[in-house]
Amino acid sequence: MTLAARFRAPGWYRAALSLPIGFALGMGIVVGVRALYGYDPVLDWDAIVTVAMIAMPLAFLIGIGCFDYWFYWASGGPTRPEDHSGHGARSWRDYFRVNTDHKVIGIQYIVTTFFFFIAGGLMAMLMRAELAQPGSQFVDANTFNGLFSVHASLMIFLFIIPVFAGIANYVIPLMIGAPDMAFPRLNALSFWMLPMAGILMLASFFAEGGAFATGWTAYAPLSTETPMGQTFFNVAVQFAGASSIATALNFLVTIITMRAPGMTFWRMPLLVWANFTTSLLVVIATPFIAGSQFFVLFDRALGTHFFSTGTGGDVIMYQHVFWFYSHPAVYIMMLPGFGIISEVVSTNARKPIFGYRMMAFSLVAIVILGFTVWAHHMFVSGMFSWLRVPMMITTMLIAVPTGIKIFSWLATLWRGVVHLRTPMLFALGFITMFTLGGISGIMLAVIPVDIHVSDTYFVVAHIHYVLFGGSVFTIFAGIYHWFPKMTGRMYSEGLGKLHFWLSFVFFNLTFGPMHFVGIDGMPRRVSDYADQFATLNAFISVSSFIFGLSFLIFLYNMIASWRHGPRAEGNPWRAHSIEWQVSSPPPVFNFTEVPTVVGGPYEYGVPGAVHAVFKEKAAAGASAQPAPAGGGGAPPPAE
Amino acid sequence: MLLSVLAAIVGTAIVLLMDWFPVDAARRVGQIDTLYDVLLIFSVPIFVLVMSVAIYSVIKFRARPGDLGDGAPIHGNTRLEIFWVTIPFLIVSGLAVYGWIVLDDIEAKQPDQMVVKVTGQQFTWSFEYPKERVKSSQLVLPKDKPVEFRLNTKDVIHSFWVPEFRLKSDVVPGMTTKVRLTPNRVGRWNVVCAELCGLGHATMRQVVQVMEPAAFRSWVKRHGAGGQQAAGGSNGPTADGKRAFAANGCGSCHTFKPAGSTATVGPDLDQLKSVAAKRRPGKSARAYVRESITDPRAFTVKGFPKNVMPTTFKKDIAPEQLDALVQYLLAGGKSK
Repeated sequence: MTLAARFRAPGWYRAALSLPIGFALGMGIVVGVRALYGYDPVLDWDAIVTVAMIAMPLAFLIGIGCFDYWFYWASGGPTRPEDHSGHGARSWRDYFRVNTDHKVIGIQYIVTTFFFFIAGGLMAMLMRAELAQPGSQFVDANTFNGLFSVHASLMIFLFIIPVFAGIANYVIPLMIGAPDMAFPRLNALSFWMLPMAGILMLASFFAEGGAFATGWTAYAPLSTETPMGQTFFNVAVQFAGASSIATALNFLVTIITMRAPGMTFWRMPLLVWANFTTSLLVVIATPFIAGSQFFVLFDRALGTHFFSTGTGGDVIMYQHVFWFYSHPAVYIMMLPGFGIISEVVSTNARKPIFGYRMMAFSLVAIVILGFTVWAHHMFVSGMFSWLRVPMMITTMLIAVPTGIKIFSWLATLWRGVVHLRTPMLFALGFITMFTLGGISGIMLAVIPVDIHVSDTYFVVAHIHYVLFGGSVFTIFAGIYHWFPKMTGRMYSEGLGKLHFWLSFVFFNLTFGPMHFVGIDGMPRRVSDYADQFATLNAFISVSSFIFGLSFLIFLYNMIASWRHGPRAEGNPWRAHSIEWQVSSPPPVFNFTEVPTVVGGPYEYGVPGAVHAVFKEKAAAGASAQPAPAGGGGAPPPAE
Repeated sequence: MLLSVLAAIVGTAIVLLMDWFPVDAARRVGQIDTLYDVLLIFSVPIFVLVMSVAIYSVIKFRARPGDLGDGAPIHGNTRLEIFWVTIPFLIVSGLAVYGWIVLDDIEAKQPDQMVVKVTGQQFTWSFEYPKERVKSSQLVLPKDKPVEFRLNTKDVIHSFWVPEFRLKSDVVPGMTTKVRLTPNRVGRWNVVCAELCGLGHATMRQVVQVMEPAAFRSWVKRHGAGGQQAAGGSNGPTADGKRAFAANGCGSCHTFKPAGSTATVGPDLDQLKSVAAKRRPGKSARAYVRESITDPRAFTVKGFPKNVMPTTFKKDIAPEQLDALVQYLLAGGKSK
């Protein structure tokens, strides 16, 4: 390929070229408009950087090739049959291109999100270094506030939410017997928007005045007054949110329309249910955080008055809009994990999921209740006080569907044949730690207790029990569980178990004591604290360093096993769901024959039961007649 | 079975005996602490139950090496499922009602309340007793007297929290929030800002002093009737400057030895005397210090973040106080 052709074809050359073009365009717009209005100075770097933050990622996405087919089609080009050149991975290079294969995209997601997980984890280590003693040692207050803000934002928007999308991207189409996602090009775009968001967040450290330092909650009016770094957050959230919404739409359409013949809603594995319900949450809630950050951006960049009280703005409004997304976001970060745990527990206990339908119904109940509890984050915010008691009641009621899930998993273990493989250990660790996080959640819901402990380390402890002991443990369980399927290799069981025990023990030693310092009066988000909390904080810091190191075992296990691990069979866990009935890794188009689903996904112990069969095409045509593709015996669930 | 019942009892006993909370220094705090204990009494057995079933199953039903069999094909049990929907529902409903009752109690309006206006700003608190006609940078309360705090902020959201009182409320721009309580223990407790309010958030800690009513009355007498100005007459400009420094919370961000502050959010004011005249070409030391206080966005010392110093001082510091403050800073705290 000639150099000129390289710059014309989609890929990194064109992307590299389009970045400066994007910047120049953005700068041109700002300078042009300011010159036209006669503003002085014409060169306003804050405005230029703000516009460039939007223009450059879009230019990159165009350059790398996310829009090529759509532009071609929109400009009136004749539809052309897909040549599949951008589909599937033949070498490692294919993972660095716009690729439409859901399996490639799944791996792209997982590897990218783990990169940001490491970045966010290192920030946590820096914070614990600073907090090991009272006073100021390693970083100044501005850097510290930036560290915890970027840490939380990366972990939420660039790790937990998208890594679940990555795992589901890989597994869901295989699980429902589909050749790919419903919209493969949209899927690719969803992925490529994600690193844009992450790079913006990290780049904010180089902004004048440092990284955004108002917490991931970015309450106005602090966020409308702080330096440039905040704008990076405003824009980054838009890219992460757009990615999230597009993926959720893709999952919804895929799950509704592309299930294999015979897979009714009541024959879907619970991971499919989990991602179906999660996607509903994402599609309904995510526009609210996009809105809240646009309000802040407009206040900062255009001089609107959403949150300036002198001119009719209302700062409580920010919190309502923000939490109307950010509370459901907690379930966006938890429901996919529930799905993973159901798969792992059933497979490793070799028993059907206890109370399958209640498990599915409880997911739907959490979706509905999840939208009615947001103001429990605002019990001390000064909002009108009558809303507090109803929100306390709905919040506590969520314990009921969550309890159903915990008890059903426990009942699934009962009289099973329990294999304590690494994913199962993480699943058990999850069930116990998430119970603790749920219990502290109930305490936080009770208003008189919440008034005392809100904005303290008790909340820090609670959220890490829910999001680390909860979500991240399920992520580890899922990564270990599907590692053989994704890579075609087995991981080291010994290292996996070591990773589990170290992280389980030191997770508790790190976050357990935070409950005590919080109740005792230590506020969160501080780089310095009263001397009375020194001993426990030193202990927490030491535990957290070992906890952080335990992750290196995981990293080594994954990399070494991916390269040199023993070859994995198609179905090493002898599981019933469809993704395990194809080779590891699966063929580029997943199935040479379309599977037909003939029973439930977890029929362990039922003599002769199978979930799906691959028939000769002719035979399938005859017997699958009553259950056509997308086959719904059961109606879609109530919404 | 017996083991887990035992674990539940021992566990509950341990968490109830633990000293979770700071000192109880206000009326009705006991109700909150009891509510927390009741939550613990329900929590521990549930956690022990989950742990017990998990551990028991793992030990009892663990696959033997080479076991390729399946578990019992149990798909569910309607009675059991109804049971574990109903019981948690009843527990959380009961706890919610109990929580509601306590909430109503602790927020009930008391007769004969003393009003204290609290103003938050980056990064300090100031207090005003309208009826007693006292303005102060210290919070002093009489024992056993119901207090209603009326909270306002000059800039961003802060949160007024005294852990020993178990009460907290955000302080929100554009509105007045209220907290009611009755201190009932003499002592010095921390006033902590609990809502991230910017760079100096971690240093936004002050003290509330609860004293016997007689001591409080004499404190009011000493600081009363216009307080600062009245007391200022005899002490001269240095004392005025010192008071302005304290009242406006300068010490929460700046080091200044004469005022006993060691914060490092903003520039070190001990060096101000020697550098003030050189910082801004064409501006005298006095004009530069004045500008830095009233219009802090105009110039930021290299190495310090921009847009951090509040812009509210221009309207908050009276002209004569400002003069005294500038002189106090430039004189390094000494009187001339």
